[in-house]
Amino acid sequence: MIRIHIGEEGIDPAALLVPLEQLGGGAVASFTGIVRGDGGLVSLRLDHYPAMTQARIEAIVAQAQARWPLLGITIVHRVGAMAPGERIVFVGTASSHRAAALESCAFLIDWLKTSAPFWKKECFADGREQWVEARAEDDAARDRWNA
Amino acid sequence: MLDILYFAWVREAIGKDGESIDHPGADITISVLLDRLSGAGEGYAEAFADRSRLRAALDHAFVSLETPLGEAHELALFPPVTGG
Repeated sequence: MIRIHIGEEGIDPAALLVPLEQLGGGAVASFTGIVRGDGGLVSLRLDHYPAMTQARIEAIVAQAQARWPLLGITIVHRVGAMAPGERIVFVGTASSHRAAALESCAFLIDWLKTSAPFWKKECFADGREQWVEARAEDDAARDRWNA
Repeated sequence: MLDILYFAWVREAIGKDGESIDHPGADITISVLLDRLSGAGEGYAEAFADRSRLRAALDHAFVSLETPLGEAHELALFPPVTGG
């Protein structure tokens, strides 16, 4: 079961976990990303490249499937405006055993952060707005999977 | 024709989502096209000044700025991605 969704609506991890739990495996792992309110951030805006986003995520999913024996993968990414405390991304994986579920979940979020065409813009209480800079740590987190 | 799309601060600097231009030719690299576009106005020059902060995709595949345009129909220019 592969489910990929990109949209402006909120994310409900509990509801997304249910179908992953019903695939007959013994392990379901998930990651939920939350908007942080650091430095007086009042809202976050996510832009993406619609024609490319779905295809890039499908390619990342195919890599995970080639690497681990997975029964299911669910990826939901929000775009548009969101506030601190709101969920921005959900990755869920199902497998027969925990190692594959946990490792593939970490792999997918590391790749999603660095290899899918999303851009974050931060808006602060004092009116400042700035595009988030890519972080070398995120590239390093992705590259560890190539070691 | 070549459709060019701009995202994030590249879009804001140039002041538009994208545009269509006459295809510059298969052998022209993205980098050379950026040099030409930089002469089109202040916003372009600003957006393309620091190439180390610029990334590109040709027909939805990430490529380096030294890639020739080839037969591609869509070029996208943007900063390093920051999703997740």
